Amino acid sequence: MAMTAEAAEVIETASPPLDERSKYLRRLVVRGLEGGGRGHVGSSLSLIEIMRVLYDDVLRHRPKDPQWRNRDRMILSKGHGCLALYVMLADKGFIPLETLDTFCHRDSILGGHPEAGKIPGVEASTGALGHGLSVGVGMALAARMQERDSRIFVCTGDGEINEGSIWEAAMCASKHKLDNLAVIVDYNKIQSAGPTREIQDLEPLVDKWEAFGFATTEVDGHDVAELRAVFRRLPFSPQRPSAIICHTVKGKGLPFAENDANWHHKAKVPPELVADMYAALR
Amino acid sequence: MRNTCLNMVYELAKRDPRVVFIGSDLSPGLLAGMKQDYPNRWFMEGVTEANVIGIAAGMAKEGYVPYVNTIATFITRRCYEQVAIDLCLHDLPVRLIGNGGGLVYAPLGPTHLAIEDMTIMRALPNMAVVAVCDAPEMTRFMEGSLDWPSPIYIRLAKGGDLVVSRPENGFTFGKAIRMRKARGRDPVVLMATGVMTTNCLAAADLLGREGYDASVVHFHTVKPLDEEAVLEHADNARLVVTVEEGVAIGGFGSAVTDLLVEEMGQSLPRIIRLALPDAFPHKYGVQNDLLEIYGLMPNQIAATVSNALSKEEMVA
Repeated sequence: MAMTAEAAEVIETASPPLDERSKYLRRLVVRGLEGGGRGHVGSSLSLIEIMRVLYDDVLRHRPKDPQWRNRDRMILSKGHGCLALYVMLADKGFIPLETLDTFCHRDSILGGHPEAGKIPGVEASTGALGHGLSVGVGMALAARMQERDSRIFVCTGDGEINEGSIWEAAMCASKHKLDNLAVIVDYNKIQSAGPTREIQDLEPLVDKWEAFGFATTEVDGHDVAELRAVFRRLPFSPQRPSAIICHTVKGKGLPFAENDANWHHKAKVPPELVADMYAALR
Repeated sequence: MRNTCLNMVYELAKRDPRVVFIGSDLSPGLLAGMKQDYPNRWFMEGVTEANVIGIAAGMAKEGYVPYVNTIATFITRRCYEQVAIDLCLHDLPVRLIGNGGGLVYAPLGPTHLAIEDMTIMRALPNMAVVAVCDAPEMTRFMEGSLDWPSPIYIRLAKGGDLVVSRPENGFTFGKAIRMRKARGRDPVVLMATGVMTTNCLAAADLLGREGYDASVVHFHTVKPLDEEAVLEHADNARLVVTVEEGVAIGGFGSAVTDLLVEEMGQSLPRIIRLALPDAFPHKYGVQNDLLEIYGLMPNQIAATVSNALSKEEMVA
């Protein structure tokens, strides 16, 4: 059964406190925001533990050989959360850490949405919502045809899955029994215009993914140990794609930004705000 | 032309393991041979055009060359953002085969009439646009289509199209073919794409009977446009006429005139663009009925040209 919004809130409050690595990664996000003077604040911060666990514990990758054939593929379909991806790519050595300071600069490789071909380790250019899952389905089919054991991870937003193309892709993944594919929903419950419950309610979300043929699990998207345990169980069911609904908090780690749609994106991040962010993440 | 195109996908699949076919919801038994011989590389994914384009992109990222097929309006309009982002931004070698380019689906009405496909496809960076004139030319094009590094939109005509292309002319991507050479020094030049080349050849014959000497240049590749051929044939032309089965806005004729205006300045020849107007067709019938409404049948093309020339002569 799907979790009620009330139950989801219980999970949120039960999240363990952020450890030093989670705070450090968030400070790197702030470094990017400071460099660019702008960015999707809340949308990046809800993703940190998901990206951290993927890159620390789950994905088979080679930062010095980003095109390594047998790697796992991770598509950040909610491309606007790219700072969370960029900090992991910097942390793992795909790109130098200093690159974060160039976020959105004219000649930077790091734009406000990630581009494949420019940034080592980025599998697909995303930003227009609803594209990543189909591309992931194509990659999963390709892995099967090439008899590679690469796994494909596609991370979507919650507002993003308003898009009909996501559900076209979901039907297709299920039809092809793609158990090498996992969709991860960053369910922070706030889209750009406001709460998902008001703008376009997704509930019952677990039932939806199950109905589309995905073996589906829910997890506290800020609980590192739980996330590790969930990813370790993949695929959840043979011959079925997997869905992981991650209950997260938009703006997680910045008390003044948490659960506030006004922090989805900031077109201006002035120095005093940067100082407040760093202070909150000490 | 459609059968030839799809049969060529099968032929290419036999020769090259990179070839994949993806359809949406097409005829039962389509490419049955390929399905039987290469079931892992034959996909029919239902009425999910956006998804189909994304899948093709994912496969192409992993080294495949997907040939995607559905009705032209749906492979262009319905999933335009996927085509733009997944294919063109990533610059991937995916081939989009659009059934029923132009007015082919006349009896089915405006939802199925691909009148602006060339316009919107050629507007996308990295996208090539091909509209061959008959089945043998389709074969020659498809033979070389595998290794083009970028996406290609392939506009199909009705099928059973009159064969006017000649093997000796070959097929070079992005190179126009002069199908008929005028003998005089300041000829009329008809520039066309797709099956309008066939109509132009017939129109040129009619004009010949009236004493007007016309060349016909066939642009099977609308983008990249063979600029050299446009400029060479426009030089000293008495009249340049572009003919296409698509809207005038941003189409083939627009590409030609953009170039001529920029390159020829004061020496610009007189130009007539024959194309579809800025309107959805309201009639049904068959393709030729609509072509007639829009003045694109051979006798109408010839009449437009001869009227223009006779007025010119009267002024002179």
